[in-house]
Amino acid sequence: MSQVLVVTSGKGGVGKTTSTAALGAALAHDGDKVVVVDFDVGLRNLDLVLGAERRVVFDLVNVIQGVAKLSQALIRDKRLENLFLLPASQTRDKDALTEDGVAKIIAELRTKFDWIICDSPAGIERGATLAMRHADAAIIVTNPEVSSVRDSDRIIGLLDSKTAKAERGERMDKHLLITRYHAARAARGEMLSIEDVLEILSTPLIGIIPESEEVLRASNVGSPVTLNNAMSAPARAYFDAARRLKGESIHMIVPSENKGILNKLFGRKAA
Amino acid sequence: MSLFNMFRRGSAPVARERLQILLAHERIARGQPDLLTILREEILAVIGRHISFEPDKVQIRMDRGMSVSTLDIDIEIPNGAAAAMAG
Repeated sequence: MSQVLVVTSGKGGVGKTTSTAALGAALAHDGDKVVVVDFDVGLRNLDLVLGAERRVVFDLVNVIQGVAKLSQALIRDKRLENLFLLPASQTRDKDALTEDGVAKIIAELRTKFDWIICDSPAGIERGATLAMRHADAAIIVTNPEVSSVRDSDRIIGLLDSKTAKAERGERMDKHLLITRYHAARAARGEMLSIEDVLEILSTPLIGIIPESEEVLRASNVGSPVTLNNAMSAPARAYFDAARRLKGESIHMIVPSENKGILNKLFGRKAA
Repeated sequence: MSLFNMFRRGSAPVARERLQILLAHERIARGQPDLLTILREEILAVIGRHISFEPDKVQIRMDRGMSVSTLDIDIEIPNGAAAAMAG
């Protein structure tokens, strides 16, 4: 049975696209058939993070408008044969997305894929509400920082009221993904701790992604961090989160301060 | 936790407390019309029935606290209007 996930946050720049690519690749790596869908019309970036920017011919809006068939717009990943991208349009305005059009595409994708991961644009406008509209579950990407936590709270409210699932009276499954977590700074009381964020948002945790240079390195070369360096700390955290999404029970590793000290001691070897 | 926070030197406890107060208010207000706008309009309409004043000489402040919030409305009433009220 296919699962439609929305990766959302409200605030921009917290790691939605990075997380969409990393989780999509992790799920595809473990054998599932995955499509990642970019809903950020006008400001697409999922193609770039996946290294497929030069292969985009048709996009989501073309499919909605009937210019292209879904099969023509889907781009197969060069590294993982069961990972696909449905890119957003770069040129059209965001009103090109229609409610009916998105509903039809999601329904068609459900017949072809195990996982449909919708990368939401920032904000709470049309693109963001359409990205979450047909989701079965949501991943709320949050940085341990006040504006991100506030916006996540707002998005949680929308997930519980404006989605098709909520309107049917069902409960939206919500998972919190904390990204850019810096254990040493949290331990020093300079950054909200995991417990702080969980207590404030009252949403179950799906993963903690430590702040890491590996994330930027992966996006620089156009590869999801889970493929670019699968043994790195952020990649392992994403793999664990992907397995939790599949229902596996995996012990949550809270990045600890000790590890930071180890990293310092061993310098580059540990990093 | 709060005792522990007292010995923590960072700013995270402040962030946490600010968020808790803010979100407590935002969650109540969610999906409802903006209370501050409604209060302002209704209060000014009532006062306007009795006293003439300039709308831009009205200052409204709100301070949201954890258990109590205050709404401060400061209306500058021209002396002529106040006299009319007295008469």
